[in-house]
Amino acid sequence: MEKLVTWIDNRFPLIKVWNEHLAEYYAPKNFNFWYYMGSLAMLVLVIQIVTGIFLTMHYKPDTATAFASVEYIMRDVPWGWLIRYMHSVGGSAFFILVYLHMFRGLLYGSFREPRELVWLIGCVIFVALMAESFMGYLLPWGNMSYWGAQVIISLFSAIPWVGEGLSEWIRGDFVVSDATLNRFFAFHVILVPLLLALLVFLHIVALHAVGSNNPDGIEIKKLKDENGIPKDGIPFHPYYTVKDLVGIGVFLILYFAVIFFVPEFFGWFLEKDNFIPANPLQTPPDIVPLWYFTPYYSVLRAVTDSFIIVLAVMVAVAVLVALWAARGLLSKAAAIVIGGAFILGLYILEAKFWGVMMMGLSIVVFFLLPWLDKSPVKSIRYRGWMYKFALFLFVIAFIILGYLGTKNPSHIDLAFFQNVTWAQIGLVVYFAFFILMPVYTKIDKTKPEPDRVTTK
Amino acid sequence: MRAVVAILFFVVAPSAWTAALEDAQLDKVYVNLSDRGSLQRGARLFVNYCLSCHSAAYMRYNRLSTDLGISEDVVEESLLFAGEKMGDLMITTMPKDAAKKWFGIVPPDLTVIARAHKPDWIYTYLRSFYLDESTPSGWNNTLFPNVAMPHVLFELQGVQLPKKHTEGGSSEEGHEQTSVSDQFELVKAGTLTPAEFDVAVRDLVNYMVYMAEPAKLVRYNIGVFVILFLIVLTVLFYFLKKEYWKDVH
Repeated sequence: MEKLVTWIDNRFPLIKVWNEHLAEYYAPKNFNFWYYMGSLAMLVLVIQIVTGIFLTMHYKPDTATAFASVEYIMRDVPWGWLIRYMHSVGGSAFFILVYLHMFRGLLYGSFREPRELVWLIGCVIFVALMAESFMGYLLPWGNMSYWGAQVIISLFSAIPWVGEGLSEWIRGDFVVSDATLNRFFAFHVILVPLLLALLVFLHIVALHAVGSNNPDGIEIKKLKDENGIPKDGIPFHPYYTVKDLVGIGVFLILYFAVIFFVPEFFGWFLEKDNFIPANPLQTPPDIVPLWYFTPYYSVLRAVTDSFIIVLAVMVAVAVLVALWAARGLLSKAAAIVIGGAFILGLYILEAKFWGVMMMGLSIVVFFLLPWLDKSPVKSIRYRGWMYKFALFLFVIAFIILGYLGTKNPSHIDLAFFQNVTWAQIGLVVYFAFFILMPVYTKIDKTKPEPDRVTTK
Repeated sequence: MRAVVAILFFVVAPSAWTAALEDAQLDKVYVNLSDRGSLQRGARLFVNYCLSCHSAAYMRYNRLSTDLGISEDVVEESLLFAGEKMGDLMITTMPKDAAKKWFGIVPPDLTVIARAHKPDWIYTYLRSFYLDESTPSGWNNTLFPNVAMPHVLFELQGVQLPKKHTEGGSSEEGHEQTSVSDQFELVKAGTLTPAEFDVAVRDLVNYMVYMAEPAKLVRYNIGVFVILFLIVLTVLFYFLKKEYWKDVH
């Protein structure tokens, strides 16, 4: 065994990689609940790939047989129902874990210097994951698959001049059709998974280059012992490998409980309308995306003609914040020009376009976080009330937007106002969290950070 | 642009009919997949009445014997009418073109219909047919107005008509609280009593719930063992972690 390792090590940096990323990768010793999500998300990625391979053996990407082949998997393929539920529940589990993982970043400032690239790569992973699940959702060829894809792809046609051509190019047809199904299948099983694997690799390489953040948001590398090992660091292996096993155990209990007892999860993971085969002539009563897309879908639908004025005010505020925060004259001028163009555009182009734009921006803003946060501390433990309050409001807005994304805009499901009005309020709060961040993180009263990590 | 307008229309304008249908007052049906007798009787009703027009094109006949314990001989003798084989899918003998001509629509496949509609909805729907001269089939349905489907089970249920609201002009809201059987009066008895008919429809719905997801028969039992195993495993992991972390201070 030793001989074999030496033989390989002479030809490949086996021991070096093992040490750098596991045995001698020093992670802060105070990781808490929130630090399970990353390894669990990787576990789910593996589950999705493995179950996906088996599904691909039986699934048929053809509009005439796709729906039937999924039912064939559910009935005639031995254990096919289990593989399929692992994959369909896995998709939702992936988003739950990734959202919690991202929220951890907001709690402890994991996106801050020197981890900007870790965060940016993570954001790209999030976008890739959305593409992956969106295309995967078309494959069962249920009626909601069909109409969901129809709605989302048609959004591209709201882009001036090139829109119509662009959405046709994406579909490969004038409507969602066999061509669309085939290319989505190709992207879903080859292109995006490859990208995801590569991005996850880069995410971890970047993380291990700068070291993990921790709930105190302080750099453990600042305090090292005589051997150059961080005083508050412990080797990832075996400490965090065995700790992550506990997380995996708990996760698998919840995951399989859903799979075996409530695989549809009350219509949130598998929708009723998707048990009706795709029918271009019959629209489902309400076209709603799966739960993990509903916050952005709400943002899309919140932008009505009368709401444009609010967007214009938001842009104006953003320009003011930029003027306040920017140093050079050039960047101040740039802020005014870009903001002005934005406001002009709001009144020239249609509200539909801006709905699509705001939906896109609601994801793009996450990329900007490392440069919006001006606080001297990273962790929420040492931040003042303003950030805590802002984050609280943001989470509430996100949840309300998500809920409303499943409802009819003109109904009243919350109190007093129509759903669309609540979605507009949610949209303002959502974006205010980012637009005002440079201000409230700067003037917020922070507490002094400790030198060493704290363990409760 | 036009597509977006069309799409936004669909999104914004609720096609009220199905939503309203799903929300309407539904009679509750007791679904119990461990009631084999009920599943077997339901299967018989399904093959005898539904399969004449509807397919269940993802369901194989032989599962009736492997899952529901109906012996192969019985299935072959009494459920395979048109020379089907045990391994065949449940395809209706009615040609699609003819169906379109007779009903104006090809009857939908019923394999997974119990996952697209609530069992309560199917239970209420099948008991809500009444005589109506104004429709092409001569039948109408209170839960699904002007549905193309005729009352296939009428020889079992008999013929019913909506009750006239004579008692003090009971309002629309009033009848929301009543069950289906209170809305109608039987004008011609069927071969089953109303109570027997309700049981028969319940058996049929029970079977359709099973047919929509045969894995339901096994997944709860397997799930219990999987979860128990994972709990034991997690406890072991927990103590392993504790042992390793003893020296972290």
